[in-house]
Amino acid sequence: MNPIIRIRDLRKAFSGRPVLEGVDLDVPEGAICAVVGQSGTGKSVLFKCIMGIMKPDAGRVWYREYELTAMEHDALIDLRKHFGYSFQNAALFDSMTVEENIAFPLREALGLKNRKQIKKQVDEMLEWIGLPEIGRYTVDELSGGMRKRVGVARSLVMKPDVLFFDEPTTGLDPVLSETIDNLVVRVNGELGVSCILITHDIPAAFRIADKIAFLDGGRIVAEGSAKEVAASDNELVRNFLRISFSELPV
Amino acid sequence: MGNTSIARQLEELGRYMAFNADLLRSAVRKPYRISLVFAEIEQLGVNSVIVIMMTGLAIGMIFALQMVSLLQPFQAEIGTGAAVAVAMGREFAPIFTTLMLIAKNGSAMAAELGTMRVTEQIDALESMSVSPVQYLVLPRVIASILVFPALTMLANILGVAGAYVISTKLYGIDAATYTSYMFDILKPKDIFIGLIKSGIMGYMVATICCWFGLNAGQGAKGVGDGATKAVVASSVAILIADYILATFISTVIK
Repeated sequence: MNPIIRIRDLRKAFSGRPVLEGVDLDVPEGAICAVVGQSGTGKSVLFKCIMGIMKPDAGRVWYREYELTAMEHDALIDLRKHFGYSFQNAALFDSMTVEENIAFPLREALGLKNRKQIKKQVDEMLEWIGLPEIGRYTVDELSGGMRKRVGVARSLVMKPDVLFFDEPTTGLDPVLSETIDNLVVRVNGELGVSCILITHDIPAAFRIADKIAFLDGGRIVAEGSAKEVAASDNELVRNFLRISFSELPV
Repeated sequence: MGNTSIARQLEELGRYMAFNADLLRSAVRKPYRISLVFAEIEQLGVNSVIVIMMTGLAIGMIFALQMVSLLQPFQAEIGTGAAVAVAMGREFAPIFTTLMLIAKNGSAMAAELGTMRVTEQIDALESMSVSPVQYLVLPRVIASILVFPALTMLANILGVAGAYVISTKLYGIDAATYTSYMFDILKPKDIFIGLIKSGIMGYMVATICCWFGLNAGQGAKGVGDGATKAVVASSVAILIADYILATFISTVIK
């Protein structure tokens, strides 16, 4: 599979403190790729650097044949329409209803004016995430799981090629976590969207991801299929796997 | 230590100037979101009318009280109306209106954008290819440029009315002479200067408060600090700008 995202020697530091220290990663097209690592290892920074929301100090990022790190600001903004981003806390606009949140990128990013067309797409998206009745709810009225799903719907309504999930199951109970994991699989399988997710949920990553990359010390220390990563001799990876899988019932 | 602090301040100033350049670029770039400007005008202007009316009235009345007692020994209390009208038009109305709007709306702007920053709503806008500067800041800046002079004019009118009531009803100054003398002294440029200044101050307040909001630190403390810095910085900035503008405009408009 050709990589849809290629990252080479990506570096980023904050106030002299290095966070990313030469990340190399290929994300295969049409795959689910999970980036795993301890808290504070720069996983969210990696995402924001890939999307161009944050400027890396050094390194190169490509989306297909386009080098994002070499692009002018306006061109990058235009190209970003190919990406969706599902934030850790959904980042829904709390001054808007659910419908308005999902309609927002259609109106403001894609410039659609036809209200009927927008409403139709919003309703379809709500139906697709299994929450057809919550269109008029305000963000305050939503549970954590609903927020995550609405966040995904808002990202998907622009029909992106790549969808980034920032810790999609953090703070959710196991049942809701599985619902979100299944949603990621559906996004990938039914809509053909390449998915990159940051997660601490190792069992889920092993269950749904085609490729897993372990981030530690600002670098990718192990990557490959679940089988390949499970065979890694990296100490952090082994610890992560030992602790994560020892919690599962035998 | 001192040099580092100055360097940091200069860097911050440079980033603020770049933010202003980005704002001006986004003003001439589509899409134009007129409905957001109207929403901000309602939020900034319509909802501030009562506060500004009360402020203007109070300043006019207090200033008249002081002026009458100051001018009475010289039997010049007839000049109270003119003094209040000129001072309100040139200085008091723009400054006090701006300070009130900083307290009421500037802090709210910084806190709202700061909250959007820490809850990643700003990042969400960027991820959807929507410029936060164009979508969030520009409507607030345009609304401020329009609303500040309008509310300054309102404060002028209420201030002069308050002074009229104090002078004629409380101190018994002849109303016709009072009014006639006031209009003899007051020139259109006195009002015009104040309105130009308040428009410029509206721009400054909105950009400074939005700047601190967009750059708020993490958590509730970050938002609180951002709002405090926005209020302090914009208040100091408009007082400095007032002196510079007063000097500059007085030399330009004779």
